[in-house]
Amino acid sequence: MTFRAGERVRVAARTHEGHHRTPGYVKGKSGRVERVHGRFRNPETRAYGADGLPERVLYQVCFAQQELWPEARRGAGDTTLVDIFEHWLEAE
Amino acid sequence: MSEHDHDHSHDPITADGEPPAAARARALEELLVEKAVVQREDVRRNIDRLVSRSPADGARLVARAWVDTEFKERLLADARAAAQELDLDSGPSPVVVAVENTETVHHMVVCTLCSCYPRALLGPPPDWYKSLPYRSRAVSDPHGVLAEFGLELDEDVELRVLDSTADVRYIVLPRKPEGTEELSEQELAALVTRDSMIGVAQPVAPATA
Repeated sequence: MTFRAGERVRVAARTHEGHHRTPGYVKGKSGRVERVHGRFRNPETRAYGADGLPERVLYQVCFAQQELWPEARRGAGDTTLVDIFEHWLEAE
Repeated sequence: MSEHDHDHSHDPITADGEPPAAARARALEELLVEKAVVQREDVRRNIDRLVSRSPADGARLVARAWVDTEFKERLLADARAAAQELDLDSGPSPVVVAVENTETVHHMVVCTLCSCYPRALLGPPPDWYKSLPYRSRAVSDPHGVLAEFGLELDEDVELRVLDSTADVRYIVLPRKPEGTEELSEQELAALVTRDSMIGVAQPVAPATA
């Protein structure tokens, strides 16, 4: 496991052809690992009939609302928590 | 429509008035059955199982957590195991997470990518949960969405939006309403609404006569 709860991470800003579970609004954004959910099959290959192996670690990453939506009128202390697979994360 | 040159025959795929998504689902089911990938009986049994679930199942979990602090701790640590204690099957997701709303933190759940939802504990999701406006605005303007549901959070409450983008399913443990100290666990369960377990509403105490 590469990351631990509390560590800062940034979501890769890359595009990906085909099915993936990293929403566009967090790509390139910086957050903090909130939970380590465990290992799961990779939806990017499972979606096409493959077995999804090797499994990838899935993290819950916490983003400050203002990092995601700087123009938001409210939400100074608010957060958004998104489940993201390890191969989309880089250390910060 | 007549460039239809594959090597088997079948009834027309689209029946009059059938929505395109329904026609596509039906065509897929026909093919999967024809190719013996699934049995029609399995499809029917799974649909029956899913629609037999309702928010009453999740409400039992919440009411038990409200009256039993140790159960609440187990629920927050491992919702799948806690559900099993009440003979509830929390579904195929290997990890089910319950998050607690408190005086200082409010959680709400969305699936921005599709409509992931703890169906085994709450039954089928409401239509609005699957709608594009909810899925986009729950993350970009969560306070605006909550206001439309009639919920205004105090300024000092942290709003935490959970986007269930992967295999984990989330259920909100709402706050126990004040003035319900005399109610039984069963009466409390009746106060727990579906929307409160998604985090867009709060349970309210019954009006006193």
